[in-house]
Amino acid sequence: MSQHTFTVNGKQVTVDTDDKVRLLWVLRDLLGITGPKYGCGINVCKACTSHINGKAFNPCSVPVSAIGPDDEITTIEGIADPATGALHPMQEAWLEQDVAQCGYCQPGQIMAAIAKVKQARSEGREISDADFDEIRNICRCGTYSRIRDAVRTAAAKM
Amino acid sequence: MAHQRRSRRPGEQSPALERRRFLGYLLAAPTLAVAARLGGDLAAPAPASAAIPSLPGPADIIDLGDALTLAAAPTSGLIAIQLNRDGSVSFAVPRAEVGQGITTTIAMLIAEELDLPLSKVGVNLADARPELVFNQLTGGSNSVRSLFHPVRTAAAVARARLLVTAAEQWKVDPATLTMSEGVIRSRSGHTASYGSLAEAAASPRTEEVSATLKDPSEFTLIGRPTTRIDALDAVTGRKQFTLDLQVPNALPTMICRPPTINGTVRSVANLAEVTAMPGVTDVVTVSSGVAVRAATFGQCIDAVRALRVDWGPGTVDGETDASVEEKLRAATLPLAVPPVLTQSIDAEFVFAFASNSALETNCAIADVRPDGAEIWSGLKSPIVAQEQIAAMLGLPIPAVKVHVVTGGGSFGRKLFSDAALEAAEVSKAMGKPVKLMWHRADDSRHGRTHPMSISRIRANYALGNVVSYEQRHTSVTTDFGHGLGEILTAVAAKLPVGDVGFSQTVFLLSQSMPYNFGATTQLLNEVPLKFHTASMRNVYSPNVVCARELVIDQLAAKMGQDPLTFRRGFLKEDRFRAVLDKAAEVGEWGRELPDGMAQGIAFHWEYKSASAVLMEIDCRPETVNRKIRDAVAGPRVTRAVAVVDAGLPINPRGLEAQTIGCVNDGIALALTSSLHIDNGLPLEASWDNYFYTRQWNTPPELEVVVMPATTGEPGGAGELAVASSFAAAACAYGRAVGQMPTRFPINHGTLSFEPKPKVPPVPESPVDGLAYTF
Repeated sequence: MSQHTFTVNGKQVTVDTDDKVRLLWVLRDLLGITGPKYGCGINVCKACTSHINGKAFNPCSVPVSAIGPDDEITTIEGIADPATGALHPMQEAWLEQDVAQCGYCQPGQIMAAIAKVKQARSEGREISDADFDEIRNICRCGTYSRIRDAVRTAAAKM
Repeated sequence: MAHQRRSRRPGEQSPALERRRFLGYLLAAPTLAVAARLGGDLAAPAPASAAIPSLPGPADIIDLGDALTLAAAPTSGLIAIQLNRDGSVSFAVPRAEVGQGITTTIAMLIAEELDLPLSKVGVNLADARPELVFNQLTGGSNSVRSLFHPVRTAAAVARARLLVTAAEQWKVDPATLTMSEGVIRSRSGHTASYGSLAEAAASPRTEEVSATLKDPSEFTLIGRPTTRIDALDAVTGRKQFTLDLQVPNALPTMICRPPTINGTVRSVANLAEVTAMPGVTDVVTVSSGVAVRAATFGQCIDAVRALRVDWGPGTVDGETDASVEEKLRAATLPLAVPPVLTQSIDAEFVFAFASNSALETNCAIADVRPDGAEIWSGLKSPIVAQEQIAAMLGLPIPAVKVHVVTGGGSFGRKLFSDAALEAAEVSKAMGKPVKLMWHRADDSRHGRTHPMSISRIRANYALGNVVSYEQRHTSVTTDFGHGLGEILTAVAAKLPVGDVGFSQTVFLLSQSMPYNFGATTQLLNEVPLKFHTASMRNVYSPNVVCARELVIDQLAAKMGQDPLTFRRGFLKEDRFRAVLDKAAEVGEWGRELPDGMAQGIAFHWEYKSASAVLMEIDCRPETVNRKIRDAVAGPRVTRAVAVVDAGLPINPRGLEAQTIGCVNDGIALALTSSLHIDNGLPLEASWDNYFYTRQWNTPPELEVVVMPATTGEPGGAGELAVASSFAAAACAYGRAVGQMPTRFPINHGTLSFEPKPKVPPVPESPVDGLAYTF
């Protein structure tokens, strides 16, 4: 057991656990942050997608010891505007397109989508079908076409 | 018995022309509470009119949904709606919400009938209620069909009672009052919110009353595309699934499972060592393997991997894909009509094992004490779960409290309560509460599957007509032991299928023949192998209909007709043709496409609903051979048009969502997704092994057309378009490559991944996640 300190959704946290416990379980089982979901535990399904320092990653495949005190983790719970509570444009677009079915993969989908739009922007272009084809997050309800529509809608407002 | 009649609305007909009335109940309660029971209509469809008529099959007279509705009739009077003092309405729906949108649809029905804003209607999931007997099974696309009238009737009783209460207070004729947005108004300017009348309108005793439902012409919400009532929770991470619930001391728990299905624990070599691992609190042997409980699921995974277990044999250890296929072929029932004086098409199709694994793996929380137990899980048959758990624990049924939690997908998986039963067993063995989760690898390998089947078809044709159509479907036995068997037994005397077993009953009640193909028989035979099986979304229909529609393309070719023209000519009803025509029109049937691309079109009728799907597929090498890591790229459906006639579409937006899902399910079944059985266990252990449709497979262009109301009654819709989508993808593929596919999915013959080890049963979580950030 050892202490690990980092920032989650703007708040500094310290947990006492084994170095190798993957961050997903630190978030879910020890901190009670349940937005990131378990779907495989091997970085395949992407249901746990969250952000580290603004980039998408999968906490199921990162030991807590790899997270440093300066690292900022953001989960689905942390992307609304902290001051006003206003939803992120991606969340708004998700509501507008009524994307979610069972909803289980949706936090991961939204977090991946935000990062994907930012990635395209940083490369000086808008998100395209080719970018969508690179999103690995699985949706077993099969709501892929609405995900595409929502990402396009949100990208126009981001 | 008191009779209440709602005040007439403006423009309403005179009493002589009044609409049908339904019986409901006022319940004794502190605030207004109402209930209703079911009145099922069993209307036969119009007779066939074209070509050589086929006699109506059993599913044309009464289908599976009707059978479930019939079974629900004697008990559904217990479905109650409560008006609260704050003007909101509460209803605990005795069904599971697993993503299909049932809570939204039911909330819309209540809001519509009560003239209440949708935001004022709260719908949650009822705990297991054994007194409901057969009325708490979610399946067969039957929820809306069975609840449509009871829910509206109860709401109409409440509405009438509120009007009478206000009228008495204001000493006016109730017929002069108006209701809207949760407020009653009189002509003289009185207003009262529903909430302010909640107590005054409450009944001191329970009594039967009659109510008149809104006329469809007055609907303002039914038929309006509506966003799900749980959408905000879903996008903010607030939506809670079983594993998100915080039950005191229910620590993460997982099972170390055997290398073959139903293998048993002989001994554990290192029990003490694993019990001493970091975070681990308990390790015990249970019927399905070795259970470990720890502070985190990560530590459970480590403990499961560390266990050294001597495993006894399972129930299907020697079985592989080839051995199962051989048994099915040997068991196929003979075709009866010889091809005399006619030409004939004989075809055989093989459908691989497929997984109904949802994204949320099997999971449940159990807190078993000596005198009682409490269970939380996503359950579509909670009463059966409650009975089975009570029997296993040796407790009376009322001592087992079963909470139905919103599920992260089902697709048939949650008809069974495997995780709930297992969690109860583990909690009892450990004497502690547990939060049990299946690993993805276990969910794929040990979870229930839709079993392999073979469909053989003979169609005889002569002089421009199809004179006979025989289909013999042979499947590994599908387990319906989740309560459906009991339901069908209870109404057996009313079913037009004669003396046949449960599976044959389900088959006959779900498989209708929408085409006039002369003498038609469709039969099921089952081979009982001890796999873990269950229904998968749309049950038998995807395979049966895919085979049928492929043969129809062959018949059309042999008889010199275009596939669309042929189908139009032989479909039994104009309603069917309208759906097919719409798909052809929107999908631009017959348009020019490059070599290696083709269109396919298919039709399916079930649940008193019709669907037609048109797909365009790209089988050109540059598409098939796309390089995507750990994936099957393969042929791509580039465009899909799905048309749905669900009788009365209550929430077209939800219906569209369900249909989008059906399209992607159908594409997966046709092209990519299957389980390979290898010595008693599926090889697939990950979503990068079991190739359900992903973004790189999904059609970039997808359009769903919801037909306007055709019947005034909602048909089933949640599974409807799986069969037509599967068939359309298969037909398109066959036309693109110039050869009818006969084995599904088409890539099943090639193993497109490196199988994970069978021991230990679950893979280690990687540590290199930060190398993949973007």
